[in-house]
Amino acid sequence: MNHFLTIEGLTRDDLGGLLDDADEFVDVLHRPIPKVPALRGKTVATMFFEASTRTKMSFEKAAKALSADTMSFSPGTSSLSKGESLKDTVLTIKAMGTDAMVVRHTATGAPWRIAEWIEQPVLNGGDGAHQHPTQALLDALTIRQHFGTLDGLKIGIVGDIRHSRVARSDIQAFSALGADVTMVAPRTLLPVVPEVFDAAASEDLDDVLSDLDVVYVLRVQAERGGASVFPSLAEYTARYGITKERFARLKPDAIVLHPGPMNRGVEIEGAVADDPRALILDQVFNGVAVRMAVLFRLLGGEHAE
Amino acid sequence: MQSELILAGGTVLTADGPIEADIGISAGHIAEIGVGLDGNETIDCAGAWVGPGLVDLHAHFREPGQEWKEDITTGSRAAAAGGYTAVVVMPNTDPAIDAGHLARFVADRGAEVGLVDVVPAGAVSKGRAGLELAHLDELWAAGVRVFSDDGDVVADAGLLRRAMDYLAARGGVISQHAVDVGLSRGGHMHEGAVSSLLGMYGIPSAADDVIIARDLELVEVTGACYHVQHLSTANGVAMIAAAKSKGLPVTAEVTPHHLAFDHHAAEGTNPVYKMMPPLRSTEDRDALRRGLANGTIDVVGTDHAPHADHEEEVPWEHAPNGVIGLEWAAAVVNTYVDLDQEAFFDRLSVAPARIGQVKDQGLVPAIGGPANLTVFDPKREWTPAASLSKAQNSPYLGLPLRGKPMVTVHRGVVTAVDGAMA
Amino acid sequence: MARVMDAGDVDRAIRRIAHEILERNRGSDDVVLLGIQTRGVPLAQRLAAALEEIEGEPVAWGSLDIGMYRDDLDRRPKRPLGATDVPVALGGKTVVLVDDVLYTGRTIRAALDALADLGRPNRVQLAALVDRGHRELPIRPDYVGKNVPTSRDERVTVSLVERDGEDGVIIETREPV
Repeated sequence: MNHFLTIEGLTRDDLGGLLDDADEFVDVLHRPIPKVPALRGKTVATMFFEASTRTKMSFEKAAKALSADTMSFSPGTSSLSKGESLKDTVLTIKAMGTDAMVVRHTATGAPWRIAEWIEQPVLNGGDGAHQHPTQALLDALTIRQHFGTLDGLKIGIVGDIRHSRVARSDIQAFSALGADVTMVAPRTLLPVVPEVFDAAASEDLDDVLSDLDVVYVLRVQAERGGASVFPSLAEYTARYGITKERFARLKPDAIVLHPGPMNRGVEIEGAVADDPRALILDQVFNGVAVRMAVLFRLLGGEHAE
Repeated sequence: MQSELILAGGTVLTADGPIEADIGISAGHIAEIGVGLDGNETIDCAGAWVGPGLVDLHAHFREPGQEWKEDITTGSRAAAAGGYTAVVVMPNTDPAIDAGHLARFVADRGAEVGLVDVVPAGAVSKGRAGLELAHLDELWAAGVRVFSDDGDVVADAGLLRRAMDYLAARGGVISQHAVDVGLSRGGHMHEGAVSSLLGMYGIPSAADDVIIARDLELVEVTGACYHVQHLSTANGVAMIAAAKSKGLPVTAEVTPHHLAFDHHAAEGTNPVYKMMPPLRSTEDRDALRRGLANGTIDVVGTDHAPHADHEEEVPWEHAPNGVIGLEWAAAVVNTYVDLDQEAFFDRLSVAPARIGQVKDQGLVPAIGGPANLTVFDPKREWTPAASLSKAQNSPYLGLPLRGKPMVTVHRGVVTAVDGAMA
Repeated sequence: MARVMDAGDVDRAIRRIAHEILERNRGSDDVVLLGIQTRGVPLAQRLAAALEEIEGEPVAWGSLDIGMYRDDLDRRPKRPLGATDVPVALGGKTVVLVDDVLYTGRTIRAALDALADLGRPNRVQLAALVDRGHRELPIRPDYVGKNVPTSRDERVTVSLVERDGEDGVIIETREPV
C-alpha cells in the first residue's frame, strides 16, 4: 500500500483485512504497556491545514504507540499565511526528514496533489467534503465489534450528508462490507445526485428509524452552511434529532454512533449520547487502533526483498 | 513561372471544392494553383488537406500585465504550431483592453513578433468591471470588431443592451462569456454525479442557459450580432439552433476541451481539467459534437488560457480556470468530430474570420489571395508530449490524437512545420 | 530441489522434541508453548498435544505474531498481521517459543521483544523444526528437529498439513533476483 487516501475502490476483502489488523492493535492498546516498536526511528508528520484537535491527537497517539516520532504542522502558526504555497510547505517539511504525512485540508483532493510531490506515503485525514477513510474504518470496526459482521445490517446515516466526508466514506465502506445503508436528510442536505451512492435515500427519519440496527448521527455543520437550510436548530432537532423519544423507538439492540464533536441537544440528545448503546467513546478508542493499523501498513516492516 | 514556395501535392480547398494540386506562393500571395509547379522551395503535402490558415476567435495571450503565464511571443508560437495564422486575443489583460491605445499596443506587439495576426478584442465595460461602457468608439477606430468582457459575463442586462445598441448600428459583435454569476458562485465543477461523489460545490447547466436565454431576448430587441463563447450545455445548443431558425444574428463557439472531455475527467481532481464553463455531462459533450458537425455551432474557439506551473500545482478548488489548446485544437476537432475538409476549414478558419471580421484570413485559396494557409494531415496519429507555450496546463499531453497541422504559412512565410517553429 | 524431511520424519521429530522438553524441564508444569506465526503455530499445537499424550496433563499453548517487532534489517517479505493469543499469564512460566525454520535469528530476537511486552516468564527456550544455520545474532535453539546445512542462495520450505495439506521439508535453489 503506497498511500491511504480513499475508501473508494477498496474491496470487502481489503477492508476486512484492515479491520483484522486493527483488531490486533486494539489488543496492543489494552496491554499494560500499550506500545510496540514497529515504527521506531520513523517520523510521521501531521499536516492539518484545516483546524482539528481531536483527529490530530488520535493520529499522533497512533504514531507514538507504534514508537514513531511525530511532527505537527497547523496553519494558524505557519508561513502559509505569509504566502508560501502548499507545495513548498510540503517539500519543506519533507526535507526535515519525514517518513509519512497525514494530511487534512479543506480543499478536495489536496492529499492526492501532495502524493504527486513526495515519494513518502500520504494518509488522508479528511479532504473537503470528499473522504475521511480512517473515520470509516473506525466506524466499521466499532459496528463489527458489536454485531460480529456488517452483513445485512440496516444502517441509517442521518444529517448533512451533502457536505460530509464522513458520510461519503462511511457509505462506501459499510456497503462494501455488506450493509444496507440509508441516507436520511432533507433534500437540500442529500447529495445533488443521490443515485451515485450505493444507498437508499429518505427525508423522513421517523419512517426508517425502527428498522435500523445502527443510527449514525452526523454533526450539524454550521461552518459548512448546513444549518442555514433550517430556520432554526430547534426545527432541525424536531425533524432529524436523535431525541430520547426517537431512541426509545429503536430496536432494543440497535446502537448509535457519532463522529464527534457532538452538539448535545441538537442532532443528539445528551441522554442518548450517554446511553450504553451509544458507542461514541468506543469509536474514539478504535480510532487510535485503526490509525495504527494504517500507519503500520504504510510504514511497518518494509525493506522487503 | 518560378514561385518562392510550393506546397506540392496536397488536397487544396478551392471555391470549386477540394482538388489535388500544388500551390505556388510569392511575395506573400498565392501566385498559382496547378500541377507540377516549380519553385525555390517545395514542401511535399501529399495526403494532407490544404486550406486557409486557421483563425481562433478566442485566446488569452496575457500581455500586457500577466506575462508570467504567457506573452504575445510565446502565444504566437503556440498558435503557429497549431496551424493558426490569426488569433483574436481577449482583453482580460492588466490593464484590460478598454481603450484604443491599448488595442493598438497589442496589435503592434503581434506584428512585431510576426508569426500570426494578433487581433485584439475590446472590453465591453471599462476595466471589465461591468459598470460603465468602455471606450467603444476608440476601440472601433483602432480596428476592434469583437467586444467581450471575457473572464466575466456582462451581467447587467441594461449595460449589455446599451453596448448592443451601439454595435448594432456599426456591425461589431458582442462575444459573451455566458455563465451567470449567482448560479456559479462557490462552484468548482459541473453540478452532477461527479460533483456529488467528490462532495464539491457544482455549477449547474442552468448557469450558462439563463444567460443565453436572457441575451437572446436582447438580440431580438437590438438586432446586434451576438456570439456565445464556449458553449457547454446541450440546452445551449438547442437555444442557438432555435435562434438561428428565427433568423437572429447569433453565432456560437465550442472549445476543443468541451469536445474531448466530460465531467468524468474531473474525478482525479487534477486541475488540468478545470475550466469555466466546466466540463459537463457526457450527453452535453455529445450534443456539442453534433452541434459542431451540423453547423449549429459555427466555430471552434480554443479559449487558450495559460497559467503558470505554480498556479496549477495546487488543489482543484484553489486552481485558476482554463487550459491551453492552440497547438492541438485542430487535432482534437478532427479526432472527436466527423468533419470533411470543407467543414473542417469552415469551423476552424472561414467562419471565425467572418464572425470576427478578420481581414486577409479565412479565405479559401485563390490566385492573388493572401498566402495564409494551413496544411493538415487528417490521418496522422500522434500524442502531444510538451507545449511551446510558457504554460504547460494542457489536458492533451499524453492523449493520442488523430490529425496534425504539418505546415503553417503566414503571409507567405513558413512559420511552423510538424508542431515546431520553422 | 531436495526433500530433507518427509511426513514421517516430521512426526518423529515432534515426538522427540516433546520428550526433550519434558526431560529438560522435568515435566510439563509451568510450560507454555508459543508458536511464532505462521507455521510455528500448528507446530506448537502439535507439540502441546504430544506433551499431553505423554504426561497425561494438558499443556497451555498459544500464538505470537512478530510483525510489530521486526527490524529494518529483516529481509522477510511483508505479510498480514496474524493473531497474538497468549492463553495464560506468563509470570513464573517456562515459555517455549516454537518456529518452523531457524535461520538468521532475527525472528527470534523480535519474538523475545514481543514476549517482553506480554509478561515476565521465568525462562524462555526455543524449539525449531529445522535449523538451517547462518545466524546473524547470538541466538541458539534448545530443541531442533533437524540440522540442515544450507547455502544463502537456497530456500527452505516447511509444509504442514494444517496450512499446506501435507507435511514435509524441502530445500530448493532460489531464483536469482
